[in-house]
Amino acid sequence: MLRASVREVSAALKEGHVTPTELCQQCLSLIKSTKFLNAYVTVAEETALKQAEESEKRHRRGYISPYNATVVQKLLDQGAVLLGKTNLDEFAMGSGSTDGIFGPVRNPWSYSRQYKGKSVPKSHSEDEESNWVITGGSSGGSAAAVSSFTCFAALGSDTGGSTRNPAAHCGVVGLKPTYGLISRHGLIPLVNSMDVPGILTRCVDDAAIVLGSLAGHDPKDSTTIQDNFKPFELPNLTDVSKLSIGIPKEYHAPGLSSEILALWSKAADLFKNAGAKVIEVSLPHTCYSIVCYHVLCTAEVASNMARFDGLEYGHRSDMNKSTESLYAATRREGFNDVVRGRILSGNFFLLKQNYENYFIKAQKVRRLIANDFVKVFRSGVDILLTPTTLSDAVPYMEFIKEDNRTRSAQDDILTQAANMAGLPAINVPTALSKRGLPVGLQFIGRSFQEKQLLTVAKWFEKQVKFPMIQLEEVKRHDRNVFQYQKSASFS
Amino acid sequence: AARGCGGLWRRAWQRGAGGPAPRGQRAVACNARGGAVPAGKSGLAPWVPVVGLEIHAQISSNSKLFSGSQVQFAAPPNSLVSFFDASLPGTLPVLNRRCVEAAVMTGLALNCIINKKSLFDRKHYFYADLPAGYQITQQRVPIAVNGSLSYSLCIDNKMSQMVTKTVRIKQIQLEQDSGKSLHDDTRSQTLVDLNRAGVGLMEVVMEPDMCCGEEAAAAVRELQLVLQTLGSSQAVMAEGQLRVDANVSVHRPGEPYGVRTEVKNINSIRFLAKAVDYEIQRQIEELENGGIILNETRAFDSKLGCTVPMRDKEGKQDYRFMPEPNLPPLILYDAKSLPANMNHQQVVNIDWIHERLPDLPSVKRAKLVEQYGILPEHSFALLNEDGLTEFFENVVKQTQMKPKKVVGWILNYLLSYLKQHSLTVKESPVSSFLLADLLNLLEKKEISSTAAKQVLAELWKGEGKTPLEIVREKKLELIQDEKELEQICQAVIDGQENE
Repeated sequence: MLRASVREVSAALKEGHVTPTELCQQCLSLIKSTKFLNAYVTVAEETALKQAEESEKRHRRGYISPYNATVVQKLLDQGAVLLGKTNLDEFAMGSGSTDGIFGPVRNPWSYSRQYKGKSVPKSHSEDEESNWVITGGSSGGSAAAVSSFTCFAALGSDTGGSTRNPAAHCGVVGLKPTYGLISRHGLIPLVNSMDVPGILTRCVDDAAIVLGSLAGHDPKDSTTIQDNFKPFELPNLTDVSKLSIGIPKEYHAPGLSSEILALWSKAADLFKNAGAKVIEVSLPHTCYSIVCYHVLCTAEVASNMARFDGLEYGHRSDMNKSTESLYAATRREGFNDVVRGRILSGNFFLLKQNYENYFIKAQKVRRLIANDFVKVFRSGVDILLTPTTLSDAVPYMEFIKEDNRTRSAQDDILTQAANMAGLPAINVPTALSKRGLPVGLQFIGRSFQEKQLLTVAKWFEKQVKFPMIQLEEVKRHDRNVFQYQKSASFS
Repeated sequence: AARGCGGLWRRAWQRGAGGPAPRGQRAVACNARGGAVPAGKSGLAPWVPVVGLEIHAQISSNSKLFSGSQVQFAAPPNSLVSFFDASLPGTLPVLNRRCVEAAVMTGLALNCIINKKSLFDRKHYFYADLPAGYQITQQRVPIAVNGSLSYSLCIDNKMSQMVTKTVRIKQIQLEQDSGKSLHDDTRSQTLVDLNRAGVGLMEVVMEPDMCCGEEAAAAVRELQLVLQTLGSSQAVMAEGQLRVDANVSVHRPGEPYGVRTEVKNINSIRFLAKAVDYEIQRQIEELENGGIILNETRAFDSKLGCTVPMRDKEGKQDYRFMPEPNLPPLILYDAKSLPANMNHQQVVNIDWIHERLPDLPSVKRAKLVEQYGILPEHSFALLNEDGLTEFFENVVKQTQMKPKKVVGWILNYLLSYLKQHSLTVKESPVSSFLLADLLNLLEKKEISSTAAKQVLAELWKGEGKTPLEIVREKKLELIQDEKELEQICQAVIDGQENE
């Protein structure tokens, strides 16, 4: 290989016959054995190997973004240590985190003592492997990471509930900020007019801290607010008598488990008993939000995915008979069924003859949905209290029996409207279900009133005292760390 | 001014082999006189051609419409491409203020209504030079609407009679330019250069008020001068900064408009006139032979001088327009609507821009006519050549000769010489100083007009001699002394007697 020409070795690197690191090591080794030639004054071995590593990253198949998202950069600039990238549903489409190329994410609670204690083993030989439950989605990886103590906070995205849903199933706090508060520069868009970066933490206070480091105007994102944002500290609310909590009756949705319904009711009573005003309200257009979302979401998806042609980045098919065939093959190979399905639907809705009846209509319905919230908040209600999910996490084997579209339609119903209206919303882990799995409740606040929203959420969190997950793995890990520390102190 | 020419086309060529470029009578039939040729008189039926134009002008700005990468002609391929231009996922458009100002300036200069609120849309289609799979444009509510542009034509081939026409401007919209793709048929590949992708364009739509190639050419020429005067676009067609597509149809008087074709690939103003005229003739021939006109896109082939159907346009495209969700509505202010506490740097103020508009070509011409007493057609010729007005004014300043006479020297001798040698005014070997010097000699009657022309011919050589030196060298001085004249005449007469 070392005798090859530049052109030849370049081709070999490209085709993967040799890796940059291997090649670099070969050169360095030969430099050592020819030291008697006295050709080199300095051999920069470390830097060369580092550069080879960088080169290897570039040669690796698959797209690696050459720039940081604003939210990532902000964290780095403030000294955060980023541990890695988490798993999700492909292109954030899904409510299970089961449809990604890296495989499904498992809910840490599947391995918790709480869940295992409650689950009835069907047979002696059946292992717990087949019984694991989903995290929810699409930001399931982030929720699982926070839930299992592997990190202190994680970022997700939320377009129809993708941060709050897995937060509820994994027993963590999931915050969807007001649209326009946090920059979307670097967030791969699903529905540009509804997407927001989401924040996942183990307590409400932490969410406020992370929010404080991320929010504010970004010149790179023209949809962020212009006004200055001031990070805030959450007061410890003791007196809720001035608070008005709204309970939207339409959120008693078909399919809502009796367990969650009871929990919701209990939470409402909690506020009432503490002196707050708790009233039933109506958001009459809630029932249209799913179908409205589907039209707008698929239309935007069709548009946003048009850029994936394999020319500038990412997977490119070998088909090269014509530009059209290259595009068609690349996109068929590169997108999964879910994505392709949404693209086809979206293009249908955007056709000239359909635009008025679908897209424009959906926009109008969207305004009605948003106005429902405006009316309710204007009538004196401060915060809305609703369930986050219809049930606790289902086992993976059961979840995959229905297709992605059906699941998304069912699971988004309680979270989706907040995205339509651009309002802030947060999942607070509330209690464990009969099966020993987390159930959360959702608070929805006024536009840009995150401080009020989080203050109430924090008060609620304090009242419910959600139990900590008891994971064998973490216990074992903690023990090992403790032992190591012990031995270290003796050396 | 008359809208459309009202003049009618006649088939003034012979039926026969029917070459690709009918050499029938051109603009003569198409003028403001509006005289119809009655069907019976020549036995030929009249046709009314209708021409509209879609013009894309590249905005003269440092950076692109929605990203910070540089705008530059002929840079190494793919060297001016930002992440957004390459459509990397997660990148978002950020509107360039200078581009907005350029569009407002242009809208004001074309007498448009500037929309204080305009919107951006996505126009979807797949093509290798469109990385995002859509172009950001203004389909629903563009930045400027309902304007007009006045331009002038000569009625006959001499420059003696000019007529003013007006074409309505339907709208001006801001949009992204695409990249460039080069098809390499030998290697079966397409090479894509994204340097141009995302550069700001103003699309100016001219209503079908024109009726022939000459009108279209004159309208575009005037638009070009306006854009160059404003500085909103350099509008050089050869560098792709001004691109024109023509929409052409014909119909019988009193009947509805015919099916129109779109003609593309027009690379100069001269070719625009040719392409339009050819297409009109082609359509007339087709219809008179009992054929139909297809609503298609055709390309102009400058070598053959004809239009041909473009192969890669299959069927009607549905562009699936959708609002651009990443750009809020564009709000512009005027003095009345500007909020009190708003920083002037943060907004675009239409009135502020209006106050600072330079003199448009039509105003400049009127001023030249008034100030120097020259004819309108002279003012057109002066403005039509880059730098010529300045040259003229400099000569006038330095000579006692009347501007009316100066302009004749400049247009008839200086300009024709420059054209012959393909030189620009800036490259002229004869400076305004030298020419003024020469004209002064003529004015003082130290030389004759014939002699002046001879001196001028010498000056073109650019040998650095002054007019006076040349005159002395070639002994071209006019002889004023009567006695000397008598002697010469006597010598001539004597000479004659000897024969």
